[in-house]
Amino acid sequence: MRIWPIYKKELRLYFTSPVAYIVLTMFLLIGGYFFYSIFAFFTRASMQIAMNPAGARDLNVTDGVLRPLFQNLSVILLLLMPLVTMRLFAEERRSGTIELLLTYPVRDGAVLLGKYLAALTLYALMIAFTLAYPAILVYFARVEGGPLLTGYLGLLLMGAMFLAVGVFASSLTENQIVAAIVTFGILLMFWVIGWTSEFAGQPLGAILAHLSLLEHNENFSKGVIDTRDVIYYLNFTALGLFFTLRSLEARRWSG
Amino acid sequence: MIEVQNLTKRYGPVTAIRDVSFSVAPGQIVGFLGPNGAGKSTTMRILACFMPATSGSARVAGYDVFRESMEVRRRIGYLPENVPLYTDMRVAPYLEFVAEVKGVPRGQRKARVAEVMERCLIGDVQNRLIGKLSKGYRQRVGLAQAIVSDPHVLVLDEPTIGLDPRQIAEIRTLIRSLAGEHTVILSTHILPEVSMVCSGVVIINKGAIVAQGPIDRLVEEFFPTARLEVEIAGPRPAVHDAMRAIPGVVAVAERDGAGAPGRYVVESARGRDVRGEIFQLAAQQKWMLLELRQVGMTLEEVFMRIVAGEETAADGAAGVDVPEAAEADA
Repeated sequence: MRIWPIYKKELRLYFTSPVAYIVLTMFLLIGGYFFYSIFAFFTRASMQIAMNPAGARDLNVTDGVLRPLFQNLSVILLLLMPLVTMRLFAEERRSGTIELLLTYPVRDGAVLLGKYLAALTLYALMIAFTLAYPAILVYFARVEGGPLLTGYLGLLLMGAMFLAVGVFASSLTENQIVAAIVTFGILLMFWVIGWTSEFAGQPLGAILAHLSLLEHNENFSKGVIDTRDVIYYLNFTALGLFFTLRSLEARRWSG
Repeated sequence: MIEVQNLTKRYGPVTAIRDVSFSVAPGQIVGFLGPNGAGKSTTMRILACFMPATSGSARVAGYDVFRESMEVRRRIGYLPENVPLYTDMRVAPYLEFVAEVKGVPRGQRKARVAEVMERCLIGDVQNRLIGKLSKGYRQRVGLAQAIVSDPHVLVLDEPTIGLDPRQIAEIRTLIRSLAGEHTVILSTHILPEVSMVCSGVVIINKGAIVAQGPIDRLVEEFFPTARLEVEIAGPRPAVHDAMRAIPGVVAVAERDGAGAPGRYVVESARGRDVRGEIFQLAAQQKWMLLELRQVGMTLEEVFMRIVAGEETAADGAAGVDVPEAAEADA
């Protein structure tokens, strides 16, 4: 499997075009703003509670800062991740380079993995930069290590899934905008799909709740690793990649 | 080196190529000819393992393009019609990427890329962005990526399209220099190009092979007679009949009606040179011989005859698939 050259090429393309820089900048700008506002709110809350110690047992950094932070970061990711993946196959298709790429002695799977891993690398870099926030937090307060780690694990798994959906959407079209919109649409749908679970009745409600992206991210930010959540994200990722592979193959047959 | 048997490709209801069979011997350069939309690109895409055929088989370097696709891809260099390249990459890194993907060992990669750039005359643009290159340079970069792994077989889809005459000449020289060590199949609809570069041709029209073989043989096959253009000042019917009477002459046709000096086209059996006899005849009769010229039958005329002949035949038959749309959208 010659994944490596494809991976290098894709990563190089991310950083020779403005895409990576813009996504990184926007992500960190908005992320930083959220972190500041959450932290400032938490600081004020702890001041108030200092006057009224009865409430202090409900106040901690994990619940007060990390959880809302991870949730807010997820929302930014929902908006930005489609832009990371939209180019991967759509642009190759539009410019026709896919015809050369898919006639080189590499399997479609290797092409896909190379591209996917390049996007994942960019994503890892994005969330690696956000480690600055907990670093600041550690300076001022005592932070529980466990929930921090699981929070990042959740973020990583969820991002992997976002990227898999995005790669799939990109393989469907030669228009990057279409790829981005389809990605965003699918992700948003799975984001909100759990909202109706309470009214849907059983067993439909339970199914909807299980499908929900949001529901599965909750546990991680609380510091809980539930295999159900891990499997949900991994399954979704695998399914996205599998569909992409099929879509590439289907395109071959239809020319 | 390339063997194609009964290859058929359908896009839904449209048949792009039908029962295509031909073969190319090692070291040869073969021209793949046909009007636009005849199925050239489709055939080449199948050879290059970009898409599978609906039925039939194709073998390249002894491997089946469908079942042993990886083996074929390792031995083939492909240049698609519109020369798709990564416009955001620079020339040398791009070629290094291609070399790596195609499995050129790490130690040889740099040297190989340098060699190919020199050969394709793109060394002076190696640090430029591909997107900023002129069409001629891009074409050469495309050719460079095809030959960077030193493949046995090259599949070039219209390698000279859109170039200026000087660039065309350069590309042709380059392609000719590849013969011998590489087997080349190149498609084109520029006929003089084929006569200049190729040793053999395969002519395809409306998805079916209509003729194939060495160029000379095809010309002989389609034009079994040699032609002379003769201009003689003399009484027309007498000149006509006298020339017709020369042994070996198959037909004499008069050109341009009633003008004073008569122009004639004399057809004789191939290999039978009647120029001497015509001269003798004119001298004896005291007719003035104004012009005596051999008309070379070119591939172009063969092509026009085949394609035009097919057209009239197809007009007669109802319900013939026209594969034009297929190639355009594929």
